[in-house]
Amino acid sequence: MPLYEVFVRSRRGLDHQHAGSLRADDAEMALQYAREIYTRRREGISIWVVPSADITASQESDAPAFFDPADSKPFRDATYYELPKEVKNL
Amino acid sequence: MSLLPAVVALGDDALVLGQRLAEWCSRAPTLEEDMAMANTALDFLSRARLYYGYANGLGGRDENAYAFERDPREFTNLLLFELPGADFAAAYARQFLVDAFDELHSAALAQSADAALADIGAKAHKEAIYHRRHSAAWVVRLGDGTEESRRRMQQALEDVWGYRQELFVNTPPEQPLVEQGVLPDRAKLRPAWQEAVVATLEEATLAMPQGGWTVDGGRQGVHTEHLGVMLAAMQHLPRSHPGAKW
Repeated sequence: MPLYEVFVRSRRGLDHQHAGSLRADDAEMALQYAREIYTRRREGISIWVVPSADITASQESDAPAFFDPADSKPFRDATYYELPKEVKNL
Repeated sequence: MSLLPAVVALGDDALVLGQRLAEWCSRAPTLEEDMAMANTALDFLSRARLYYGYANGLGGRDENAYAFERDPREFTNLLLFELPGADFAAAYARQFLVDAFDELHSAALAQSADAALADIGAKAHKEAIYHRRHSAAWVVRLGDGTEESRRRMQQALEDVWGYRQELFVNTPPEQPLVEQGVLPDRAKLRPAWQEAVVATLEEATLAMPQGGWTVDGGRQGVHTEHLGVMLAAMQHLPRSHPGAKW
């Protein structure tokens, strides 16, 4: 049985977040199981399911080349900006 | 008939089916399906508690007394709900026929002249829409599946077909409540139910069951031999240790 990744949006205005994965025979069944397993305690208002096989992932061996070069570039961080009080969920 | 026995009967339907679904806990084909069946079992269990709670307010007994301190003859659930089912296909053949009915019945109950029943109907209806979607998916998957799954689903439908009749009967004591708009008119739900079942069986490439036989007696407390066995397991602890708390 294929593996599906489950993404749940907890409320309007927020993004879908990865919640976990599950096995199902097809996408409709995966959606139903995601509803049963990841939203039964009112965790969400929208669900995406994606076949895990369709995800292209970076590899462990990519890490030094992909991520280490960002280490010494603090000017990319927005830490010097003051966040207006009205802004939430940034 | 007063309202009380009618409310208890609806509670019995929900409790007995909830227990049958709960029996699948740890036995479903996958972990995901195990969760799905247990969740549905809990939906029916909480529905039973709503009905028994309302019955209690109408002068009836406590919810635990209804569940654990009655013998099979005192249960008035429809026979379709108590069947044990030979396999997973049987569980979902029955579930689909019930869910397709339940979706219509709960919508009608939500329009009840009795405010408490209308509330229960409205809550049940949302669950029923989802239940039917899941059980219909299994009827299609097994029907339009392998040779064996198809044979088993077809057989399961044949095995329960004669029990569907009770769903559409307003018993003589219920009839006045139907006329007062308190209970849904079950006979009127039949055409829409038939249509829903035909559509799903067609999608599943299954044949409509042919059996011309029917069975009834549930509302009169006349049950299949299976209910006693189920209740023995369900009631054993509270009956062996009356009043125990855990």
